[in-house]
Amino acid sequence: MMDAGRHPHIKLLTYSEVEEVSGYVGHFHVKVRQRPRYVDMDLCTGCGECAEACVLKKGVPNEFDAGLSRRRAAYLPMNGQGVPMKAVIDEEACLFLRRGKCTQACLEACATEAIDFEQKDEIVELDVGAILVATGFDMFDPSRLSSYSYGKSPDIIDGLEFERLSSATGPTQGQILTAAGKKPERVAIIHCVGSRDENANRYCSRVCCMYSLKHAHLVRDKTGADVFEFFMDIRAFGKDYEEFYERVQQEGVYFVRGRGAEVLVQDDGQIQVRAENTNLGIPVDINVDMVILATAMEAQRDAARVASTLGISRSANGFFQEAHPKLRPFHTNTDGIFLAGTCQSPKDVPDTVAHASAAAAETLSLLSRGEVVISPTTAVVNDELCSGCKTCIALCPYSAISFVSEGATGVATVNEVLCKGCGTCVAACPAGAITARHFSEQQIFAEIEGLFRIPLAADLEKEMALS
Amino acid sequence: MAQNGKLKLALNWAASCGGCDIAILELREKILDLDAAVDILFWPVAMDFKYKHVEAMPDDHIDVCLFNGAIRNSENQHLAHLLRRKSKVLVGFGSCAHEGCIPGLANLFDRQSIMERVYLDTPSTDNPQGILPQTSFQVPEGEITIPKLYNTVKTLAQVEDVDYFVPGCPPQAPQIWSVVGTILSGQLPAKGSVLGANDKTVCDECRHKREEKHIKRFYRPHEIIPEPGRCLFDQGIICAGPATRGGCGALCPSVGMPCRGCYGPAPNVMDQGAALLSAVASVVDADSEEEAARIVGEIVDPVGTFYRFGLPASLLHRARLQTGD
Amino acid sequence: MSEQFQPHIIGFLCNWCTYTAADSAGVSRMEQPPNVDIIRVMCSGRVEPAFILKAFAEGADGVIVSGCHPPGDCHYSNGNFKTFRRMPLVEALLAQYGIEAERFRWGWISGAEAAKWAQLVCSFTEQVRELGPLNWKRELQSRKE
Repeated sequence: MMDAGRHPHIKLLTYSEVEEVSGYVGHFHVKVRQRPRYVDMDLCTGCGECAEACVLKKGVPNEFDAGLSRRRAAYLPMNGQGVPMKAVIDEEACLFLRRGKCTQACLEACATEAIDFEQKDEIVELDVGAILVATGFDMFDPSRLSSYSYGKSPDIIDGLEFERLSSATGPTQGQILTAAGKKPERVAIIHCVGSRDENANRYCSRVCCMYSLKHAHLVRDKTGADVFEFFMDIRAFGKDYEEFYERVQQEGVYFVRGRGAEVLVQDDGQIQVRAENTNLGIPVDINVDMVILATAMEAQRDAARVASTLGISRSANGFFQEAHPKLRPFHTNTDGIFLAGTCQSPKDVPDTVAHASAAAAETLSLLSRGEVVISPTTAVVNDELCSGCKTCIALCPYSAISFVSEGATGVATVNEVLCKGCGTCVAACPAGAITARHFSEQQIFAEIEGLFRIPLAADLEKEMALS
Repeated sequence: MAQNGKLKLALNWAASCGGCDIAILELREKILDLDAAVDILFWPVAMDFKYKHVEAMPDDHIDVCLFNGAIRNSENQHLAHLLRRKSKVLVGFGSCAHEGCIPGLANLFDRQSIMERVYLDTPSTDNPQGILPQTSFQVPEGEITIPKLYNTVKTLAQVEDVDYFVPGCPPQAPQIWSVVGTILSGQLPAKGSVLGANDKTVCDECRHKREEKHIKRFYRPHEIIPEPGRCLFDQGIICAGPATRGGCGALCPSVGMPCRGCYGPAPNVMDQGAALLSAVASVVDADSEEEAARIVGEIVDPVGTFYRFGLPASLLHRARLQTGD
Repeated sequence: MSEQFQPHIIGFLCNWCTYTAADSAGVSRMEQPPNVDIIRVMCSGRVEPAFILKAFAEGADGVIVSGCHPPGDCHYSNGNFKTFRRMPLVEALLAQYGIEAERFRWGWISGAEAAKWAQLVCSFTEQVRELGPLNWKRELQSRKE
């Protein structure tokens, strides 16, 4: 990450959002809205004094720790590991920005006078040849399935929260502790929360079996607690994955083949897990100190908006749609826009690296060629016949048709690079002004006429049988 | 050309309303210029020449024949063949000759059902003996004949070789005048051309403001008062303008009535009704099959709406004949 | 061979779904009568109402239009949306023309549904066979006026 931040040919636009994309492969025009950090990036040294001085002592939930710790309005992103290492002031939390009432201790604390409350949104306009989408995923919110009682106890956590607990830079410096601050003695790990589920997502999230095994291993290693893994199948499909599964089994983790059906929280806070051990055909009902829910990987909550901005489509499960699931998993159907990583589908780190590397290579290849080969079966408007009725404009799924005004009227025109040749506009044009190259009305009419000039195959058979 | 240097002109009406002939009179004072330049040898509505006068002419005697009206009966067909023989240039004048026009809507029926409706079924008919017209009838003086009504209305080009077409119901006076001018100049375009009309459709001449179309509901003209200055199609009124040749100055839309399609299809379009139907349905704002079917289901009488002027010229020409001949 | 009437049916199939299914059905040697002639288009959204009318006008006894399942399968995103907007109106038109509704079939068959295509060919051929020939062109020409 640091290398990327330092590279002379890579410009990082952080705290920004893509608002508008227009154009086509080789000629994309992108409008990016940069939100104000209220910190001058050139002057800030990343010392963190402003964060220390910030008067919002109670703070707000720290997103980087999955809400398990708190941070102040002025803070260094990613617990001080962000790139670039510059402070930022959260305008929704900052007392001065919200209410105008604050001693602004941060201003005083900053030795380089980098804090600037006058900053505003900025629109950055970029002309680019290709777009690589690596927007990642969101975790399934387990409170959508009430049987898991997520939110009813601070010790029922999801996989990402557990990751923060076990991370050395997390809220507990890597110790696995219950909310009360004690080492758990019995931990349940429940697979397929929100995955392989008619009531949530039908698909398998691919990564959870392996990270749940890892979590089990970490819990055993760091706390010695009894670990009960409730699973449907163990999907250990990758290189050395099966071996890791065997090792975790040997570490004494209890594997119960049965979907964790219910997590209950008693009045005294005791957590109870119920499931069926389908191998033995007996119900299981145990008390535990901590439950880790292996939640589904889902498309980002704003995937619909992003897809619409970029002009790409989404699969039925909400992730961005690849051009072909086997042969072109990192292309989209929009030339020049590529997909990297989990924004396309759930995948783990090795797969993500492979996928993203492929997308990067394809992008490089495209840009270095400097030319794009387009399909010959595109639509073309005859502007001597087009009367500008605008019937076709909104019909194109690729927004390939634009309108060129000429005085009071105008003509439609098709961008040959964006046109994919579906022929919908051709079929709709009431003036016959659009031609589908290689699938024109003349050609199809000729096919129809031709089919009635030759004997029907069935009649041919009859003739041959008689002769 | 006659000895006096004047162009020899003939006009005929077949299955028509007479509007095309009246349209000639719309030339107003220019008709005197026309009279100065041409000799009219045959014009049933206005002059007293008989068929036998035409029959007596040598072939190709007439320089230009303006033939309006569709071919509805044997008399129309006879005159079509006769005038073709006697004319150097045969022009299909007006929408009826060009594509069938309003008489062409009878192609939804056949002779038998038309006869029964007119002579037996209409509420005000008093025909207790159920007499239907016959093509020949014996009277003491001899045999009386009337033309035979055909099952199918045809365009002029479907029965004869036509040189040019002047579309419109009726063709507008300025248009007629420009066609006359073209003919008099002798600079005639390629055979089969449509004269006095544009290559672009009516939208090109229409001054209404147009947007991208998303139709949630169709309105018949009596169901809505359209916003002035705004495209009628955008407002859900089925306007045939996008599918109809221009040249009329977008007369009907300019007064808030949708174009009905009387100038016929754009140059490359085989079937005007199908082209209009496709455009109208494509811009329906529906993303489910049920919604789409519901919205297009509101369109009353698709044939009448999309093939008002062009049924005989269309791909299928007529509705299926149910009865025998 | 018996003197059975052999319907001549034209099918407009989209390249990515139904055409692929038909191809699959053929390669898998699924039994089908030879009465359907296929015209490939890139998308069912390419099918103009004029194609259907032209097919009947030239002599088709039956016409099929088939593409990818809406809402999500269309290779071009929503070409099939335009198809399902147009086809009901074509049905209404054909009814006024006096062409039986059973002679026109439109719908969706995906690339994986080869068996469904073969099944359609069989059942639709029989359905049209029972209706008898439409013979539009010959009818119009042979009828005495």
